[in-house]
Amino acid sequence: MTLEIRNVTKAFGGFQALDGVRLSVPLDSLFGLIGPNGAGKSTLFSVISGFLSADQGEITLGGRRIDGLSAPARARAGMVRTFQVPREFSHLTVRENLMAAAPAQTGEGLFGLFFRPGTVRREEAAIAARVEETIALLKLTRVADQPSGKLSGGQKKLLELGRALMVEPRLILLDEPFAGVNPVLIGEIMERIAELNGRGIGFLVIEHDLEALTRLVSRMAVMDRGRVLAEGEPAAVLDEPQVREAYLGGLS
Amino acid sequence: MDAYLAAIAIIALIYVLLSLGLTLQYGLTGLINFGHVGFFAIGAYTSALLALKGVPLILTFPAAAVLAGLSAWPIGLVSLRLRDDYFAIVTLGFSEVVRIVITSEKWLTNGVQGVPGIPRLFEGLQGFAAQAATLAVILAVTIVAVWMILRIAKSPFGRLIEAIRDNEEAVKALGKDPASFKIQVLIVGAAIAGVAGAFYAHYITYIVPDQFIPLVTFYVWMAVIMGGVGRVSGAVVGAAILMVFLEGSRFLRDIVPWISEVDMASVRIGVVGLLLILFVMFRPQGLMGDYTKR
Repeated sequence: MTLEIRNVTKAFGGFQALDGVRLSVPLDSLFGLIGPNGAGKSTLFSVISGFLSADQGEITLGGRRIDGLSAPARARAGMVRTFQVPREFSHLTVRENLMAAAPAQTGEGLFGLFFRPGTVRREEAAIAARVEETIALLKLTRVADQPSGKLSGGQKKLLELGRALMVEPRLILLDEPFAGVNPVLIGEIMERIAELNGRGIGFLVIEHDLEALTRLVSRMAVMDRGRVLAEGEPAAVLDEPQVREAYLGGLS
Repeated sequence: MDAYLAAIAIIALIYVLLSLGLTLQYGLTGLINFGHVGFFAIGAYTSALLALKGVPLILTFPAAAVLAGLSAWPIGLVSLRLRDDYFAIVTLGFSEVVRIVITSEKWLTNGVQGVPGIPRLFEGLQGFAAQAATLAVILAVTIVAVWMILRIAKSPFGRLIEAIRDNEEAVKALGKDPASFKIQVLIVGAAIAGVAGAFYAHYITYIVPDQFIPLVTFYVWMAVIMGGVGRVSGAVVGAAILMVFLEGSRFLRDIVPWISEVDMASVRIGVVGLLLILFVMFRPQGLMGDYTKR
């Protein structure tokens, strides 16, 4: 089972943000995506998740074409994204943020809400139990009843991860999960991601912190100027001459 | 209670109903509806015209709710994918279209001359008894509406519309379609405004297009802002404050007798405007507090 991206292109006016991207991400893997600023990583995320439409190309998830689907439909198909700048529901508490993310709730329909109160109550109890597990897993217990707008940057990143988990996806797209997060918390987030991957959830991770990323992922791809330059095991990828030239030239 | 107070209470409750609809739409969901009076007008004309054709009021009120609600549906479909500010303009335009249509379609609405002789609620009762009965009915309907909105606000549906208000893109990312929720909210709010319109028509008994100008929408906005955005109690309290000042400023003439009767109308609107400015300066969260202070 894979997420397949075939020949995807996307232009903004005259700027070719994605220029024939090909990528195959196994749905149970920890997969990294790196590249210099403006390489097209975040654009690729938006195109995969349906927030932008591709000009050309095909995207399939577990064999099913998804490039014609809306963003919510793609999430329901089993692939949830997070955002580079956290988008918490700032006036809802951490707990409410997570409750809101649970899929297919009877109480989210006006009919169910007024005419099936018993079902709604039972579902709420079941969702609340899953939320408690998620809060414990992400060590958010202390802030569970705080409005999420008041959390630190790192806690917001964890909350976004938690919300994605509540959807029970097969693959989570993480956009810079370590940006603005303090080093202690980075270690914790990495542990959680590895643990969740052990339970069968795949991750596709954009990250600038190469040191952290290479420790986390088993495979990675390097993008530059809208193309995938190389793909493979982190050490091998970083050793490829064209990658060193395009991306790491100055560093090594 | 004398007739004057009962009359004010009835009008105040009509504003409470309108404010409840807007609280659901703006306070909870973040929809900037600048065309609330349009749904109010549709409700008023629907119930009035049907009643004059002999349809019993027990049917004309639901018809007002249904037609006002239905009229919100296409607007939702067309414009909910627009950005907030464009949506606001579309709704404002909609309410003006409604007003212009009822002004020009004389065969249906009698144009600028308006619709006179609309039957009252409780035609059988005389004088104050009729008024008291009307007040009791609108109070009961308002209580039901408050209960409904509270129920919605505290439900999973309410949680999700607040999530939409806070960050729509994140809601999409979680696999839920904000547009369908926004359309439902728009329809429910419009239906409540339609019921308010029906009460208005049968209470005033004479409606003309000029009663449905955008100023009515902005009175409702004032009530919601002064009461506290996103609070159901705020809709009730805000409408009460609005009514106290709209009516209370009537007595300004006793204090400032040199102002003419004609000028007084403008002065009253000015007083309410000043009140809104003072609220925004000194209590921006409204009297009951808004959704940011939970």
